[in-house]
Amino acid sequence: MILASTLTTNLAILVLAGFIGFVVISKVPNTLHTPLMSGTNAIHGIVLLGGLLIVGVSANGTFNKIILVIAIAFGTINVVGGFLVTDRMLEMFKSKPKPPKDADGDRDGSGAP
Amino acid sequence: MILASSFLQEQNFLDVLYIVAFALFIQGLRGLSGPTTAVRGNRIAAVGMAIAVVATLLNRGEGNWGLIVLGVALGTAVGVPAARQVKMTAMPQMVALFNGVGGGAVFLISWSEFRLTDGYSGTATYVAVFSLFAAIVGSVSFWGSNIAFGKLQEIIPGRPISFGSAQQIVNLVLLILALAAGVDIAAGSHSEAIFIGLLICSALLGNAVVLPIGGADMPVVISLLNAFTGLSAAATGIALNNTALIVAGMIVGASGTILTNLMASAMNRSIPAIVAGGFGGGGAVEGAEGAGEHAGTVRSTSAADAAIQLAYASRVVIVPGYGMAVAQAQHAVRELTKELEQRGVEVSYAIHPVAGRMPGHMNVLLAEADVPYDQLKEMDDANPEFQRTDVSLVIGANDVTNPAAKNTPSSPIYGMPILEVNDSHSVIVIKRSMNPGFAGIENELYYDPKTAMLFGDAKSAVSEITSELDQI
Repeated sequence: MILASTLTTNLAILVLAGFIGFVVISKVPNTLHTPLMSGTNAIHGIVLLGGLLIVGVSANGTFNKIILVIAIAFGTINVVGGFLVTDRMLEMFKSKPKPPKDADGDRDGSGAP
Repeated sequence: MILASSFLQEQNFLDVLYIVAFALFIQGLRGLSGPTTAVRGNRIAAVGMAIAVVATLLNRGEGNWGLIVLGVALGTAVGVPAARQVKMTAMPQMVALFNGVGGGAVFLISWSEFRLTDGYSGTATYVAVFSLFAAIVGSVSFWGSNIAFGKLQEIIPGRPISFGSAQQIVNLVLLILALAAGVDIAAGSHSEAIFIGLLICSALLGNAVVLPIGGADMPVVISLLNAFTGLSAAATGIALNNTALIVAGMIVGASGTILTNLMASAMNRSIPAIVAGGFGGGGAVEGAEGAGEHAGTVRSTSAADAAIQLAYASRVVIVPGYGMAVAQAQHAVRELTKELEQRGVEVSYAIHPVAGRMPGHMNVLLAEADVPYDQLKEMDDANPEFQRTDVSLVIGANDVTNPAAKNTPSSPIYGMPILEVNDSHSVIVIKRSMNPGFAGIENELYYDPKTAMLFGDAKSAVSEITSELDQI
């Protein structure tokens, strides 16, 4: 029973999160597709947490340890590299003097100020 | 102290930290979808990530800190320099690589879950199901992203590689094998050999799906694989009962799907058509025919002639493409523009949404070279202007200017929106050679009588034109 309710709660969270994801990225200018892809890419590096949790609970045996260290390293690359790369990319968009203040980042904000 | 530490480890407190973390992800992502708020959005999301990691470290069982430090140190040592040093031109493959390692982490975590629970014995069936789903999708994403990286980095040929008509069957068989292995394990098999078989089938599937896809479609593929990795992270979250993973993974899965759709429609391609692959596959044949038809009608020019042509134009439109990016020619292009403007020539840039190898590629590079924003014209605004343009200067752009996309229904790129460069009074194309572009097809534009080809590296060719201009 307890397991079942955990599952349904988690599924509810899953579905709601899906809708939020859809809504948040409703209309993005072409120019921002790559930074956005790169930014969401960094966010799924959160699998790193999975590695941290499992390694803390129990990791016995050399092979298990190797797999987990690689998983944590991979997750870290994904997170750290992803955010840094996105930041670098977006800095270039920003570096311009005075962006002509556009209404809520729509079309004509299509990128670099 | 004891009180404090027990408070910090209380489940409710940790859950609150997770909620703060994913609220920050959502807020950050909202920022990322607008140009003025994007930098801050990315940083907000990064803060959310830091909170999630700290919360997890507070929560986890004791022991194995050494392994964590080792893993994080390795990841930082690889990730930070890579992210810092990568050239803006190599950004798409870097994103592919980062996406790939994320998928790699997902399937490795599933594998170690399998091993540590002795083949999911003593866990609920749904845990096994979600963990196995994560293993399959994570593995597909890992291998698919690596192939995408290889293609963009040109380690693997950009042209589609496939088994021809058997491709779909091969993919289907691999998928069925991976699913069958998953069903077998979820139904109670504890055999690690079957789990490894599942990983191998998924790995082959990842390779088999991405190898036949042409290089021009790669950004869309990376975005799709990005969504896959997000979904697999969400599945891992359900298997581990971790809300932060569920929310973050699913948001990426959903927004990645939308983004993939937007990118595909900007190229006028459908996602199923892209995944079915073979785009540009017939290019070699059709290209050869095209070349035969037009053979010998290419006109080449010199930097001096190009300079004269530009100097006496009243309106010049610059069409940059991947060639400008490769040659790092953006600063040279900016110099040329300044020189022309001093002579009273009106200069603007026409930017195709997928010029280069990722959307927004050219905007990033030209912004780096301090090109004023109002000189950059998007395709829809630029196209009507070509008719009253004296000279279109195409710098290393190819497929996005190919009139075949409008005129030749048999062309693999037929229907793709293009910059209508051939409407202008004359065209100068700077290009290294007559080699076809990333889509692997010939460009009719080069055989147009009003087109002159200036062969050479984009940067040196542009600099030469600028110095010739000085002498006029």
